[in-house]
Amino acid sequence: MNKGRVDQIIEKHHGEASSLIQVLLEIQSEHHWLPKEALDRISEKLQVPLTRILYIATFYKAFSLVPKGRHEVHVCVGTACHVRGAPRILDTVQDLTGIKPGETDADLKFSLETVNCLGCCALGPVLEVNGKTYGNMGPSKTAEVLKNYE
Amino acid sequence: MSEIILQIDGKEVKAKEGMTVLEAAQSAGISIPTLCHHEKLEPYGGCRLCIVEVEVRGWTQLVVSCVYLAAKNLIVRTRSEKVDRIRKMILELLLAHAPDAFELQDLAKEYGADKDRFEKESSFCIHCGLCVRYCAEVKKKNAVGFVDRGTRKEISFIPGIASKECWNCKECFPLCPTEALQAAFVLTKALISSPPSSELVSVGIGKD
Repeated sequence: MNKGRVDQIIEKHHGEASSLIQVLLEIQSEHHWLPKEALDRISEKLQVPLTRILYIATFYKAFSLVPKGRHEVHVCVGTACHVRGAPRILDTVQDLTGIKPGETDADLKFSLETVNCLGCCALGPVLEVNGKTYGNMGPSKTAEVLKNYE
Repeated sequence: MSEIILQIDGKEVKAKEGMTVLEAAQSAGISIPTLCHHEKLEPYGGCRLCIVEVEVRGWTQLVVSCVYLAAKNLIVRTRSEKVDRIRKMILELLLAHAPDAFELQDLAKEYGADKDRFEKESSFCIHCGLCVRYCAEVKKKNAVGFVDRGTRKEISFIPGIASKECWNCKECFPLCPTEALQAAFVLTKALISSPPSSELVSVGIGKD
């Protein structure tokens, strides 16, 4: 992520320190993670100490300080999805991508996370890729879905 | 500044408006145990050890004296069976994190706290925030801060700032009631002295 784009985002929020989380969220959604250079720039422009930015960036799970893949896969392992077979979905995703929850693969294609409920238990077991929800999943259907992402 | 008269442990105490109960007690020579309090810093209310019983219009409640403002006709009890019991519990929980901290051991003796009551989870840091707040409020350097949250919350130096500021300061060291601060510092020192790429450092903070 180049410096110009970071500045643009900061500019959009009029460089106000109170917009810190909004700025971080925008960089996170565009770049998929928060590089140190971007945090240094934000700290300088918004006049917020780096300790505070890091506190916030590590507090919320939405932010990542390490590179994330292009596609974020969330497997729901909440109670409803669990009894409907979420562990098998998770196993399938792990087999296909070769990564465990919390990890990112070497070519930055997928990042895998487990979530505790996506709020649509009737569709369980649920899989979410880049914010798109896939319901009533089975192992073969999971493979079909993941094939669509490059 | 108008004066307020309140009662602490049966003693009439004069306080200025805006003073906390803790400050009023200290000015009258009544000691209340604290861990996260420091006179140069803003009240924080982190350790909860300065908990006292206050009576307002006949109602008794438990409040943290370092953030509770002194008020007219307030009746404060700094040692009661209930207060002592709560302080004992707080100490036992803190001792699970920092069993060898001298400050905690002294307090434990006074309140009869058993340091082995809870399973040890030696993180050494008790989250009093003294180092973090001192660095931010007094030194205005922000070299050390909290990262992560909940049970994984810990202090962490920012290598880039620490390498410039900390060698000649180290004023936060004597503030720490445990050994956590020193440990974090040693870790940072190790990170800086073997020059890693800037990216490695950014990943190193708070992650594993």
